[in-house]
Amino acid sequence: MTRWLFILTFIFVALSCEKETVDKPATGPTPSPLQIPELFSNNLLDPVIPFDNPQTKEGVALGNKLFVDPILSLNNSQSCADCHISKKAFSDSDRFSEGVEGIRGNRNSMPLFNLAWNFDEKFFWDGNTFSLEHQAFIPVTDPIEMNTTWADVEQKLQQHPEYPTLFERAFGTSIIDSTLVVKAIAQFERTLISANSKFDKFLLGDVELTPEELNGFNVFMDEAKGDCFHCHGNERNPLWTDNRFHNNGLDSQFTDLGHGAITGDPADNGKFKTPSLRNLQFTAPYMHDGRFATLDDVINHYSEGLQNSPTIDPLMKKVNQGGVQLSPEDKADLKAFLLTLSDFEFVNNLIFKNQ
Amino acid sequence: MTKIASTLLILLSLLSCSSDDEKNPVNITFKVNHYWDGTSVTNADFNTIKFINANGNQLSIERLRYLISNIKLKKSNNEVMVIESYKLVDVTDNINLSFSPSVNIPRGTYSNLSFTFGFNNEDNYIEDGYNDLNVAIFNVPAMLGGGYHYMQLDGKFINSDSEEQGYNYHAIKAVDNPGANPTFPQDTYFEVNLGSVTISNNTVLNIEMNIAEWFKNPHIWDLNLLNQMLMPNSSAQIMMYDNGQSVFSLKPDNP
Repeated sequence: MTRWLFILTFIFVALSCEKETVDKPATGPTPSPLQIPELFSNNLLDPVIPFDNPQTKEGVALGNKLFVDPILSLNNSQSCADCHISKKAFSDSDRFSEGVEGIRGNRNSMPLFNLAWNFDEKFFWDGNTFSLEHQAFIPVTDPIEMNTTWADVEQKLQQHPEYPTLFERAFGTSIIDSTLVVKAIAQFERTLISANSKFDKFLLGDVELTPEELNGFNVFMDEAKGDCFHCHGNERNPLWTDNRFHNNGLDSQFTDLGHGAITGDPADNGKFKTPSLRNLQFTAPYMHDGRFATLDDVINHYSEGLQNSPTIDPLMKKVNQGGVQLSPEDKADLKAFLLTLSDFEFVNNLIFKNQ
Repeated sequence: MTKIASTLLILLSLLSCSSDDEKNPVNITFKVNHYWDGTSVTNADFNTIKFINANGNQLSIERLRYLISNIKLKKSNNEVMVIESYKLVDVTDNINLSFSPSVNIPRGTYSNLSFTFGFNNEDNYIEDGYNDLNVAIFNVPAMLGGGYHYMQLDGKFINSDSEEQGYNYHAIKAVDNPGANPTFPQDTYFEVNLGSVTISNNTVLNIEMNIAEWFKNPHIWDLNLLNQMLMPNSSAQIMMYDNGQSVFSLKPDNP
């Protein structure tokens, strides 16, 4: 009897303290954690990856295929990649991209990279959508973009000779619905990581900057000159954006309310998301409406072109003089520094060139 | 023997699964409340010119966030317990206006509750930095001395031409000679000593910031003269340091 009690004791103790284990299928998608760059892991928080959509090899591959496949649009005429071109850091050189019906909107195609580090998870120029997965829902049904229905897309994918198998491999089911489509696309988009510019290499001690580039960096960081860092960050934030919404003095009156149309707060009128300064070499034209064709135009705007309005960000300096009045030399050097944030490896990555 | 074995079974089970709950920690809450003199201020009051400083400048607040660190309790035997390393209080987005320390705090009376406004020099310049503060872009550029902001208070005021103009009341470590080799005339972080507190379960410690004090005591702040580009202005930073001494207070609130 005593022996039995001791055996019971061990069983009871073992059972009562056993950690919960998760049953793993014998076969299933292969985990494929993001390859986090050294500068990111050293300086940033962990990337945002939903618990219900972990990165997998099969999910990323499926997302990549969907991203470049016009099957997501009306009449199979346009893919995500048509307006998010890898050579352009996944943006579009057209000021306003053309949708399937030949209609152009009023916002410039946003570049896509480092999206997993958008910690507030507000996407689009006006922040109208929360989470990368939800973002991918929008263009498919937008009348000025892909202009179709999810029911139509699901049906086409379901009848496709390859997709049911690919969804089975990625998500364990061949029944395709929109939720799985956007999950796959989001997985792919999270792999679009840009962290190998000249300036990144400089921070890692691998290259030197020219005196002009260094002076440009100082102009960027000097509160009495460029004062770019309050919104676009510094060497400790390799994203080069705060992912927040600001009115940077583009207009004295607004035809596009931007973030204000989303929040309903007049104090947000004329505010748009701060874009990253990475890859500016490839992402012209600039601003939410692509109004500036060149980087020189952008720098001139902050130097002499600011327009006052009730919601202009108080971080904008010398508004009544039009801006911070940079010298020609400082402008040229600032531009030289900005171009050191160009990541040629990213835009030439063969993995993303399937389009 | 059977009885002994059964008792052992129960004891063993209890011991093997014991948790911190048995230590019976005291739950306390810090709340940071903001005022303009006697009037409560929240982010609902932002973006409207509705405040008047001691100099008579009409102003708004659009952004207010600041760093408090080394929140400490001092026991009667002078032993000091750090109960929170740092918090970035963001009034704009209602972040960290209320928080509970993660350490267990014994109940009792403490001779002093204190914190540092900003970071002391050691904390400000740790090699690895603070990833959450980097994400918040709270850094100070190296050419302006490096480390982190202590406070960002941004808004607009009515200037002497009766026009709205931006101001950036940013507190950092005072710096001269911005550039490759900045110099530091004096430290501008400061200790805030709030006095004796009694801690029991569910104690709420209400820390109050009177925002108006930043503009009036001892230096009457004229926004027409000091509004932007104050980070490289060491005299302005030292004035902020002086004015900051009377900004914080403690209002006990034991439910």
